[in-house]
Amino acid sequence: MTPSTPPAPTPQRRFPVGAVLLIAAAVAADAAASLAMARSSHHWLPVQASAAAPYVDDLFALETGIGSFIFMGCIGVMLWTLLFNRAPKYDMEDGDPIEGNLKLEIAWTLIPLVIVMLIAAHAIRVSDTLATLGGKQRVLGGAQAVQVAGAADAGAVGGVAGAAGDFGPIQVIARQWSWEFVYPDGTRSTELHLPLNRRARFRLISMDVLHGFYVPAFRLKQDLVPGSVIDYSLVPTREGRYRLRDSMFSGGYFASNQTDVVVQSPDDFGRWLAEASRAPLRESPNAARDLWQSRLARGDRGWATVPPASPPMVHVIADPSAPHEG
Amino acid sequence: MASSVPFDPRVLRAPHPVPGAPDNWKRFFSFNTDAKVIGIQYMAVALLFLLVGGLLAMIIRGELITPPADLVDPTVYNGLYTMHGTVMLFLFLFPILNGFNNLLIPPMIGAPDMAFPKLNAAAFWLFPLFGIILMASFFVPGGPSGSGWWAYPPVSTQNPLGHFINGQFLWILAVALSGVSSIMGAINFVTTILRMRAPGMTWFRLPIFCWTAVAAQTIQLVGLPVLTGGAVMLLFDLSFGTSFFRPEGGGDPMLYQHFFWFYSHPAVYVMVLPVFGIFSELFPVYARKPLFGYKVVAIASFGITVLSLIVWVHHMFYSGTPQWMRNLFMVTTMLIAVPTGIKVFAWLGTLWRGRIRLSTPMLFCLGGLFNFIFAGITGIMLATVPVDIHVGNTYFVVGHFHYVIFSTITFGVFAGIYHWFPKFTGRMYYEGLGKLHFVLTFIASTLNFLPMHWAGLMGMPRRVASYDPEFALANVLASLGAFLLGVATIPFILNIVSSWARGPKAGPNPWQAIGLEWLLPSPPPAENFEEDVPTVISGPYGYGLGRPLVEHQERYVARSREA
Repeated sequence: MTPSTPPAPTPQRRFPVGAVLLIAAAVAADAAASLAMARSSHHWLPVQASAAAPYVDDLFALETGIGSFIFMGCIGVMLWTLLFNRAPKYDMEDGDPIEGNLKLEIAWTLIPLVIVMLIAAHAIRVSDTLATLGGKQRVLGGAQAVQVAGAADAGAVGGVAGAAGDFGPIQVIARQWSWEFVYPDGTRSTELHLPLNRRARFRLISMDVLHGFYVPAFRLKQDLVPGSVIDYSLVPTREGRYRLRDSMFSGGYFASNQTDVVVQSPDDFGRWLAEASRAPLRESPNAARDLWQSRLARGDRGWATVPPASPPMVHVIADPSAPHEG
Repeated sequence: MASSVPFDPRVLRAPHPVPGAPDNWKRFFSFNTDAKVIGIQYMAVALLFLLVGGLLAMIIRGELITPPADLVDPTVYNGLYTMHGTVMLFLFLFPILNGFNNLLIPPMIGAPDMAFPKLNAAAFWLFPLFGIILMASFFVPGGPSGSGWWAYPPVSTQNPLGHFINGQFLWILAVALSGVSSIMGAINFVTTILRMRAPGMTWFRLPIFCWTAVAAQTIQLVGLPVLTGGAVMLLFDLSFGTSFFRPEGGGDPMLYQHFFWFYSHPAVYVMVLPVFGIFSELFPVYARKPLFGYKVVAIASFGITVLSLIVWVHHMFYSGTPQWMRNLFMVTTMLIAVPTGIKVFAWLGTLWRGRIRLSTPMLFCLGGLFNFIFAGITGIMLATVPVDIHVGNTYFVVGHFHYVIFSTITFGVFAGIYHWFPKFTGRMYYEGLGKLHFVLTFIASTLNFLPMHWAGLMGMPRRVASYDPEFALANVLASLGAFLLGVATIPFILNIVSSWARGPKAGPNPWQAIGLEWLLPSPPPAENFEEDVPTVISGPYGYGLGRPLVEHQERYVARSREA
């Protein structure tokens, strides 16, 4: 048992200038790289089209920055040990028998605790600002849900009334596999039109199974739960056409259950709504039904699924080929 | 296999493998009560199901390599991804970790066997049974369950064909049986560790793997009854017309989500805790240093157990959960970062100023730790309510949990297999093939799971059979990674099969590791230390401290070499 390399000469009781400088440089490099990651995180996300989006993105950027700092710090330590603490071949020696360090252990318990609690406190403030989720009323299935959601008053089912200047409530009706939107004047469409910069209020109902109302450009999603009417609201802040996707698995043709949200200036929206209400009701095209019929034409091969519900009768149909921005 | 070697026919009736006996293999196909036989049974069957689950994954990624659903019908896709998840969790990960428990717990604590050997064997034999039930569901009319591994009602109770025996019915049956098997296993593991430790092996001399086993199996005992209850209610809704979860009858589908996640979130910790145990065992061996902060690491396991039981609602942030409950469960979820962080920093502290040997097990540990730090950070993002409301139920989540379940847990499983392979087979694996396996697995898993985060941030929902063209690039990369991951298993299989058959003989302690199991011959005899159980006189991981682990250590070392 002879040591193969002498221990590194460590200056005794002298301020370790070199080590401190090295650590300071590493921390500075880590912080600069983390800041760059946090800044670039905005490019990993779709366009910001709702009042919620900037808050969500900033929170995500904050977490990307802190996360990158911790990740690169830990990986840096790991790489350092792999570069400088490798045993030479055939070296059977043991390392420094350090069994722990109480101060260090207390530090790496308390620091993460403080960091995550600060993030949580900040996230709670952001959630309170967004306040998208309203009340919820239990019902027995689809028919009663439509009745409750269609009640004329503009107040919320959970008892919280909408503020002046809000638009709605718009009923969002999800089926296997279609979306239908009913505006306060009774106009029906399979693509959602919203006026810019006004809080839009929704009543979310599902006629069959769980669905998810998810608009990535709005950074918002909310499940539609059969047996409940759920109040929901959001403020669109950017004109354009965005995808609305079903985010909660809803069976057979789940992936086809998507449509568009069109955000328009209040004038354009008003014109669109007036024109739409005069259009005749007609059956909307439906991707799930097309897939189902082509399956039947191929001899109904595949695994079991319920057949698609009949597509809703609406005044305005969606145009799935129109280009969307996120 | 015909053999002309004469042997005493009594060895065939011996309940455990006898070195040199020609019919040892038959024991692996019988109701055997030897924990080491059961451990290998668990591992072999689980690895077969890893191949099944991997094959399903490759069909899934084949479907997703192009935006439209053109390889398989969307309904078939739903069945495939449901079965992929179910197979990987219930037929690969839980069983293979029970394999580790069976192999490692008795030798590590100096016990001859498990506390309840027959219960142990019964728990194992339920596994092929529910495996066959689940596989049979591929062949019933209508195909297997296609409602996802969550089996959320009402989709899971729609039963489109109206048959009594259907894919969902068999799925619930298989999962319920898996739960029963796991409860039987948990009783056994906990009792063994509580009651059968060697003299002198106090709690703070217990190896971390055993600490994590107790922590994980406690979760099983608390959580599984809840899942099983939920599964029984789901079965009644599906087959007998009750309405626990059906709104038309006054039920609520949200109730099922609570039952499901009350167990199924902690279930992640049931899987990851033993892997933390494996990391904690292996880093000291290959860094040649004591585990940094052993006591704190040990206690942190129970911190994780307690917290894991009070975080389940974070899976339901956008289900209609009121804001105050979202906030509460966000805070509890984030607290998990603290005990987990303690472990991560302790492993880094163990590496610091060590003398690191990059054998295959160490490579898998380092790779697993690298991936786990990444997964922890995306986990904190998912715990944050406003961020989760955007990325929840998207591919960001799929990327995150594959980083946990494959890139951390399965990496740890591979590390453990390579590390203890010489101990339980008596043979050494081939280091070159092992390193090739690691390099391919690390590249492939990164290529497979990293781009998923990006697709999710852009808004691609999980569980879709088709998607908009803007997600194509991320999906092509992920699919290529998945196919490479399939290729990466080839050196693993070659290595295990050929080394077991004709690998070089391994000594009792090829890694110069410290621990009771390394004081036994390789493979250990049936009853481990039998009557002569050593008295433990110091804590584990005494690398570089020059202190003996047990009384009369030289005698045990000498004896292990003679065998």
